[in-house]
Amino acid sequence: MKMLEVKRLSMFFGGLAAINDVSFAITKGEILGLIGPNGAGKTTLFNVIDGFYTPTRGEVFFKDEKISGLKPHQICALGVARTFQVVKPLQRMTVSDNVVASAFLRAKTKAQAEGIALESIEFTGLADDLDVLSKGLPLGKRKRLEIARALATQPELLLLDESFAGLNPTELNESIEIIRKIKARGITIMIIEHHMRVIMSISDRIVVLSYGEKIAEGTPKEIGNNPLVIDAYLGEAQSA
Amino acid sequence: MKRFLPLFALALCSVLPVVGLNSYAMHIAILVIMWATIGMAWNLLGGYCGQVSFGHAAYFGVGAYTAGIFYSKLGLSPWWGIPASIAVVLLFSFLLGFVVLRLRGPFFALATLASGEVMRVTAENLDGFTGGSLGIMIQERTWVGKTWYYYIILLIAAVTFFLVRKLMQSKLGYYFLAIREDQDAAESLGINTTLYKTIALCLSGILTGIAGAFYTNYMGYIDPNVVFALHDISIIAIMIVMVGGAATYWGPFVGALIMVLLAEIIRSVPGLGAAHQTLFGILLIVIIIFLPNGIVGDSKKLKRLFGFQRASS
Repeated sequence: MKMLEVKRLSMFFGGLAAINDVSFAITKGEILGLIGPNGAGKTTLFNVIDGFYTPTRGEVFFKDEKISGLKPHQICALGVARTFQVVKPLQRMTVSDNVVASAFLRAKTKAQAEGIALESIEFTGLADDLDVLSKGLPLGKRKRLEIARALATQPELLLLDESFAGLNPTELNESIEIIRKIKARGITIMIIEHHMRVIMSISDRIVVLSYGEKIAEGTPKEIGNNPLVIDAYLGEAQSA
Repeated sequence: MKRFLPLFALALCSVLPVVGLNSYAMHIAILVIMWATIGMAWNLLGGYCGQVSFGHAAYFGVGAYTAGIFYSKLGLSPWWGIPASIAVVLLFSFLLGFVVLRLRGPFFALATLASGEVMRVTAENLDGFTGGSLGIMIQERTWVGKTWYYYIILLIAAVTFFLVRKLMQSKLGYYFLAIREDQDAAESLGINTTLYKTIALCLSGILTGIAGAFYTNYMGYIDPNVVFALHDISIIAIMIVMVGGAATYWGPFVGALIMVLLAEIIRSVPGLGAAHQTLFGILLIVIIIFLPNGIVGDSKKLKRLFGFQRASS
């Protein structure tokens, strides 16, 4: 079953084609990696899927329902959650309140919201920081707070925008573990990542963007050997 | 102890008229409580939801004129203006919110500032309806003494206080704070920011409008330059919250007490009266530099400063 389908999507900013005629689909339960050089249009693609931008051309379908043109909160309510590359914690709120605020989307009562929130805070390993104001968190934990908040909306599809950037090796391993656990729960994941070791090891399939166009799609192994991708992104040294 | 503080404060305020304050002291008490109500209303939108309005005179004035026009045009008691202002201001703030809430940050602030001024000019020019610059005079006052006015505004303030507190502990409260902190993040968490900002604006407007309708009844006279005033209503509402402490339950009370007393003191010093806005401006600068979270918000800092509490860290 197709969880998400992007059909001939284009997004222009003035004369600049940030995304040009991109199509792909994500099957339920898989992890799809999205890679490409800086400025390839990865985050823009997320912003279009998530509803922050209305695409210039093309359509996005979530579980066969057209979502392009809807507002971000409507898309979130349907079951698509995301994290931001530049983290957006609700700064003057505690870690707990951050997640409770998003848990209210599915909860009927406050107690229920707090239950959902606590569960996803523990899931992401932030239980020790419940009452810390989120502006006081180090980057690694902020990235995990983004994930906790997204999970508290109980999504079926999770869009992760560079959740691993700037993490130290220990944090990196923890985060990879979290992603694996999210997948085990049956949540479909689309992930933007520059960290090749991570993306190659966790992705089921990878889509490569360059200058707004899809230049390749395939299993990690196929992508690693694709001359176009090596030329545009990976470079000679890494491919060897 | 802290849980019962609001009830304790309410009880204390309730017995205040019994001690036999003179008419002037009662007038000051009424003004403080009225301004605390306006402060709480502003705080809901500006402090908690982060939408800084420079035009709360618009809601205050619409509430005041609802009561005034009930009297002048319909021949009803202006007290009917209090329940009526809820409906009128709801409609008004919903329509206004439809326009101004599309804007963010400074643009929102400027649009609200303009909305207050637009209402003032409109009220001045709709002679036949509002009485123009002459305003509306309530000929028959309900009471000569101040006691009942005091209890009515105290009731309004108490209801506002408990309403705001209840709201802020509910889903709505979490959503307001989320919107204040980051509107894009709030949207991505499934929060319909436009809807919840509209709710905050309407609630804030209604509470301010009720205070306005009370003002008409209490003062017995309104005109556009009084109830739609930029300096004396919109700006003071902001100052009360800034001085007392934005996004705190008690900030508006502390702010209202300080601002009303300060205004009265300045007025009583000969030759200083004309400079009251200058002095308010200086006060605001001092507060923003030294107590950016207001007196209640920075109470720990203040206690340390005055030695009530040992510096712990």
